[in-house]
This record gives sequence, structure tokens and C-alpha cells, in this order.
Amino acid sequence: MSESVKAKKKSPSAESATAEGAAGEGKLQQAKSEAALPALGFKGMLRWAWTQLTSMRTALFLLLMLAVGAVPGSLFPQRPANPAVVTQYIKDNPSYGQFLDALQLYDVYSSAWFSAIYILLFISLIGCVTPRAIAHYKAMKSQPPRTPKRLSRLPEYGTLALPADAGIPASKAINDAAGLLKKRGYRVEVRNADGDLPSLGAERGFLKEVGNLVFHTSLIGVLVSVAIGGLFGYSGQRILVEGDTFVNTLVGYDQFTPGTNFQSSSLQPYSMQLDKFNAKFDRESPGKAGQPIDYTAEVTTKETPDSPAKKETLKVNDPVSLGGTSLYLTGNGYAPMVTVRDGEGNVSFQGPVIAKVQGDNYYSSVVIKVPDAKPEQLGFVGFFLPTALVTSDGISFSGAPELVNPQLSLNSFYGDLGLDKGVPQNVFELDVEKLKPLNSRNLAAGGITLTPGATVNLPEGKGSITFDGVKKYIGVDIHHNPGQLYALIFGLLAVAGLMTSLYVNRRRVWVRTGTHADGRTMVEYGLLARGEDHRLAGEAAALRELFAREWNLPETPQAPPTTAVSSSTSKDQ
Amino acid sequence: MPAINETLGQYSELFMLLAAGTYTVAFIAFAWDLAKSSKTFQAVDLKAAASSAGEKVTVAAGRVGAALGGADAGGPAGRAERPTSSLTFEGGTAAGDMKYAAERRVPARIAVALTVLGVLIHAAGVITRALGAGRVPWGNMYEFLTTGAFVAVAVFLVTLIRRDLRFLGTFVLGLAIIMLVAASVSFWTPVGHLVPALQSYWLIIHVSIAVLSSALFTLTFAMSVLQLLQSYRQKNLAAGRKDNLSFMRVVPNALSLENLSYRINAIAFIGWTFTLMFGAIWAEKAWGRFWGWDPKEVWTFVIWVVYAGYLHARATRGWTGTRAAWLSIVGYACVIINFTLVNTVFQGLHSYSGL
Repeated sequence: MSESVKAKKKSPSAESATAEGAAGEGKLQQAKSEAALPALGFKGMLRWAWTQLTSMRTALFLLLMLAVGAVPGSLFPQRPANPAVVTQYIKDNPSYGQFLDALQLYDVYSSAWFSAIYILLFISLIGCVTPRAIAHYKAMKSQPPRTPKRLSRLPEYGTLALPADAGIPASKAINDAAGLLKKRGYRVEVRNADGDLPSLGAERGFLKEVGNLVFHTSLIGVLVSVAIGGLFGYSGQRILVEGDTFVNTLVGYDQFTPGTNFQSSSLQPYSMQLDKFNAKFDRESPGKAGQPIDYTAEVTTKETPDSPAKKETLKVNDPVSLGGTSLYLTGNGYAPMVTVRDGEGNVSFQGPVIAKVQGDNYYSSVVIKVPDAKPEQLGFVGFFLPTALVTSDGISFSGAPELVNPQLSLNSFYGDLGLDKGVPQNVFELDVEKLKPLNSRNLAAGGITLTPGATVNLPEGKGSITFDGVKKYIGVDIHHNPGQLYALIFGLLAVAGLMTSLYVNRRRVWVRTGTHADGRTMVEYGLLARGEDHRLAGEAAALRELFAREWNLPETPQAPPTTAVSSSTSKDQ
Repeated sequence: MPAINETLGQYSELFMLLAAGTYTVAFIAFAWDLAKSSKTFQAVDLKAAASSAGEKVTVAAGRVGAALGGADAGGPAGRAERPTSSLTFEGGTAAGDMKYAAERRVPARIAVALTVLGVLIHAAGVITRALGAGRVPWGNMYEFLTTGAFVAVAVFLVTLIRRDLRFLGTFVLGLAIIMLVAASVSFWTPVGHLVPALQSYWLIIHVSIAVLSSALFTLTFAMSVLQLLQSYRQKNLAAGRKDNLSFMRVVPNALSLENLSYRINAIAFIGWTFTLMFGAIWAEKAWGRFWGWDPKEVWTFVIWVVYAGYLHARATRGWTGTRAAWLSIVGYACVIINFTLVNTVFQGLHSYSGL
């Protein structure tokens, strides 16, 4: 974009150095050092760097770097998407896992090098757009360029001859042409209207460059909108079992990711209760049996604690909007209801347990921690199967996603669960290393297998466990992004600008008229496009037709540019 | 949710196979056209060389009466200074403006007729699939490939109405056949309902534009490959070496190919911009964020950036011609990766390929 600027600068010191070097040996060394360090000065260096950065070649290079730089983010697991997968990946690949981490390959899109690429690209973009905007503003305010001497050199050129008896002199012809071009959207300036050779310059399509500038500026707008979202937005997750209520306060979230400038006071305390969740599965397509075809969550919402309750439906692709946030249905599963009695016969745990989906047909893992059990704390680990079936090898699996034959298979443990020390633990995992097993397939007592309503007593009088029934749960994502509306607006602006810049053509037309020796009025015109314009020939033909109709000329096809008539016109005048 | 009609689904698969078969015959006819044209012209060349060795250029120009068209198709004179330029060149017979010439190319006509037949059968296949499933026919990779191949061939045929791009026939049909075979062999999926994540009107908008843009990218990919071959051949001819790619005679010169593929790429780029934006809007509706660097998002972005680079390259000195063509080819390679590897190998939110 500033290709022309670059050519201007050539270090004068290098040239003078060569001349001096020829004059004297002693001065040669000095001259060489001068040549090695062009006397640009600090300011000059900055200017040179700026010119380099804002050049089209650099912009193109940075653009391609951006494409290449984005790729690793799809090859390696990314922390923002799932930090646990990254930790596991580093563990699984001890030889290079840490090395990749040092290169920030698990945080590609916030890495120093990726940021460097896009920040440089945007600086380059600003440095390119600003001077172009100024130049275009000037161009829009100035008159079309002067009429070239030889119109026949332009890529599109044609002539018309008005018969002497038509009574249209050169001055009228040029004004007629000016009127026609104005109607066609050209900006027109008539020159030397009453002289021998009146001419006009016309230009249209200023919108092309405007579109180009809008496109590039909008991209900056999109970037800023994304930044605003990162600063002031927040997101979180919450698992809701049927009957549970989520209240939009920090403690209401299972997981919460605040933006850099987030303040907890900006959380509006709305609430959403999950009344019922329905999942429908495909029972008619061959080979796809059991594939989900519908998830619907019936919820009751309140904008504020005092607002009236409102029944709403939450579905995939159909979020619920509340208090400036949107709530999305992102997951679901089964939550078996369990009652655990301890060795003293007291109920030490009662309620739903979130079963984490692990495999086909809601084959889910279950962990129950009972720290309140006395005299010993109890722990359970196992599986939940909505439709329990057994293979011929004796392995249990889930045969269908629906609750046809729900079953809980558990091992039990007792001992110190380690929850009293205040160290945070994953609720979905139980560290059994320091615990003593009670029930297990390998022990005499065997594993616990429960169907709804059944109770199993634990060995050694440690208590009992009852499978009361099954509820469903949903995973809800809560998002607040104040930047996204702006991102959409700038995105749409960018597309509008892009289409304008690609499909509006900037064209210049010049027309010159004159009187031939035999009394005819000769008209010649030429067209020039700025940039690529494959429809310039079409425009030339359209203009010719307009002129011919205006002056009642017989419709003649465009003569090749080098005919005798046209060359004589330009010479005779 | 309408019921699944398995019978229609089976008819659809039959139509797809028939379409692939018809395309294969059409492909052979297009290849025959290239070979035959090459031979005819060689014979004319030999005759011309025997009768008047000195007037070879005149003969070449008058041979089909088509070469004249190339002379005034160039636009601004500055464009002719390009390395790959020279609008009329010795050893080329196709017009630069890609208008139909007077001469009859019987094999090419047969090939086009067969392609039309093939595309009608193909359309029947796509429509029966849609009716069988009771929804738009692009809900999984099998459907994306079969519908995508249909759109690619249809776009090619529509372009043929205005421009003589029959030289592209072997490439476009070759790619369509590969797509149909890959769909039936590697990505076959029976007719079925959509998972909840795909049940959105955005599937209709977002994916249809993605299919259309990909079809256009397929055309420009073929043209860019031909442009590179033709550019190489033009250099060879200019240096007075033997013409070892004589089938390229029916292909227009490199600059004309570059100009047309630029125009098509510009349309496809706008389409891809919409694909990206509508995808972001849908992602916001489905997952709560409009951008999350999911592998599919990454590659859609990479493709967008590569083609943006292509458009910029055309305005950068030293990057037009061959280098721009390479960018167009790299862009298409990314489209392929985005469809194959990203859907099957990479872990992401778009992994519901129906496999």
C-alpha cells in the first residue's frame, strides 16, 4: 500500500562514501563504516521501520503467519478449552510435553508469539488504513484528474461523429455528455467548455475505497469487541438435578470464570429452577438406535427474588435469557437417589448423586463420599447403568439410554476421606489408597449391586446403603458477554464493506469534443479503471449507447480503437 | 419430527451410485476431448509447418478463429507486464475471454450432455435423501460430501452457460467422483434424525453457504492448478523448448485463468466470510460463546485468512500470478483438511460426523 514511499528513500551517505573511498585510502575505512550504518538517525530508523511494517508485503506476510500460527491450537489440547486434558497430555508425553508448554503451545491464542503476530498485523492495518483514509478524503473532495492528451491510449476508447446538419456544436455535445454522466452517478467537471476542444473529466465509485476502509476498520472493531468481552464478561457452569434451583450469585456456580475486570456486584440474583428434564432417543432409524433426538428442560425462572415465577423451556440451540446473561443446556445425565446409614444407624447421607457419563448409553461413574458417617467415614465408587445388561463374559454394560433396568454397582470403603484437612478435592473422584475396602468383587463380601428400592447392609456393621430412585440432571452454562453485540455489528459492517469494495468499481471517464474540418462534431471518450475491473468494457459499451441515443446516432458497434476515423479525430483536433 | 423413510434412503444411495457412474463416463469423454483436441492441433501444426514454416503465428491465430478474442480481453495495459501474462500466446488455441468458439468439439459436447444427465440423477439422489430424512440433506459427512459434489457440478454447469470452461471438466468431474466414492466408502451413514445440537435453522443457513463456497473453491482450485501448468508451459514455449503438455492447448492462457479464478474466489471469499459469521452466531446460540477456538473454528479461520491473503496478494507486487495460484491451492488444501482431518481426528465440538 505504501510501495511508492519505499522507493523514495535511498541513503545518500552510501553513494558519497563510494566517491570518497576512491579519493583516499585513509578515508576508506571511515567511509565503509558510514556505509554500514546509513545515516538515518533514530527518527529515520523509526520511519523506516514504520514504512516496512505498513507495507503490503509485510501485511501479507503477517496474514499468512497468522494462518500458520493458528494451526497448532487445533493440534494440541488447549487450556482454555479443557485444562485437565492438557495436564493429562503433559503426563502422557513426558519427553516433549513440558517443552511444548514452554513454547505456550497449550495456550496458543493467548501466547506471546500469537499475540505478537496479530498485534503487529493490526498496527500494520492501522498504519495502512489511516493514510489511505486521508488520501481518499482528499480525493473525494478534489475534481477528477485533468484530461489526458491522448485518450486513445486508455484501455477503453471510442469515437462518435455527429453529422454537421444535426446542429450540435462541440460545446453543447460536451454539456450533453456531462449531463448523461452525472445521471449515471459520475462526478463531472467540464473543462474549456467554450474553447476549441472542450473536454470533461468524470469519476465514480468512491464507495469502493470507502468499503475497503470500512472493512478493515470493522476488523479492528471486532477485535476491540472481543477484548471488551474478555474484560467485562464472565461465564460459569452449574449442574442442576430435577428440583434444584440455581441462584445467580458466586456461590451458585460449580465453576466460575470471571473476566479481567469482573465485579461480583454485577451479578443479578435471578433464579432458575429445573422442574423436569426430558430426553428423547431415536427408536426408528436403523443403525442409529439410541441416538438422542431431543433434550427439553422445563424450568421456572425469576428475574429477581421478588419477581413472579415464569415457566420456560430450555433446549439445545435455544437458550434462556435472564438478567443480562444467557443460560445454555450443555449436558445431561442421571442422578441416582441414595440413602446411606452409618454404623450407628443414623442417616448420614441422603439425596441425588451426579453420575458422570463415561460411555455409550449413559454408562456413568458414581462417587459417594459420606464424611458424616460414624464411627468411620464411608466412601463408595462404582457405576450407574440406566439399562443394565450383562455380556456372556459377565461384564455389565448399558444397553439403552432410557431407564429400563437401572442398576448401581458399587464398591465401598471406610476410613479417613481426607475432607477435614481443608484440601480441595474433586467430587467425582475418590482416592481409595488410604481407605480400607469393605465391598469389592475381590472380597468375600462381593460388590454391591442395587436396583431401585433395594437396600444392602455393609459388612462389619458399618452401615447400609439404599437406592431410592433416579432423577435426571442437566449441565447449564451461564454466559455474559457485553462485547458480543458489538462484535456482530462490526462483523456485519465488515461484510458490507467487503462486498462494496469488491463489487463497486472506481472508474474515470474523459470525453473530448471538437469540430472537424467538414463540419461534423467529433466526440472521443476514454475509460480507465482503478484496480481490477472486468466490466469496464461493458461500461464503455453502455456509455456509447447512451451517447448514441442522446444524439440520435444510428447504433453502430464499437469500432476497433485503431481505425482511420478515430486516429484522424485525435489528430485533426 | 417426520418419520424416517428407509426406502427413499435406499433409492437415494442407488441414485448416487448411478450419478457417479455417469460422471465417470463423462470424465472419460472430457479426457477424450483434451486428447483429441491436442492431436488435431498437432496435425494442423505439422501441416502448417510443412506448407509455410514462416507463417506459423498467422496460422495459429486463424486456426480456430478464437484466438482473436484474447487480444482485447486484457483490460489495462499494465497487467500485461506480469510474468505469466501475454494474453495470446503461441501454442494456445482457447480464447482468453473463455467465450465459446465456432468450432465443434464433439467429445466435449458428449461430455457436457453426460454431465447434465449425471447431475439430474445426482439431484434425484440428493432430493430423495432429503425427503427420506425429512430435513436438509447436509447433517453429516456423507450428506455434506454428496450434496457438496452435486453443488460443485451444478455450479460448473451453470458457469458453462456463459463461459467455455469445458477444459475444467476432467478436474471438476474427477473431484466430484472422488467425493461421491469417499462418501459411499468411508463416510457412509444411513438416513437418520439429527442430534439435538444440529437441530437449528442455522444448519440450513450456515452449512448451505459453506457447501456453496466449498464448491466455488473447488472450481478455483482446478483453475489454479491449470494456471500453474499453463504458466510453466508458456515459459517453456517462450524459451523455444518442446511442448510436453500439448493437451493444455484447449486451456486458456495463465493470465485469463488467474483473472477468472480471482473473480470466483472473491465470491467464494464473501461466502466463506458468511460461513464464519453465521457459524459464530450459531455457536453463540448453541454453546454460549461466538468464538472459542474449537478446531473447526480454527481451520475455518485459517481458510478465511489464507484466501484473504490471496486477495491481498493480487494487489501486491511480486505476489501475483504463480504465487497467488499457490495460495489458492493452499487454501483449498485447508478446506480439505477442515473437512476430513478436523471432523475425524481432532477432538472438538464439531465431532458429530455421523461416523
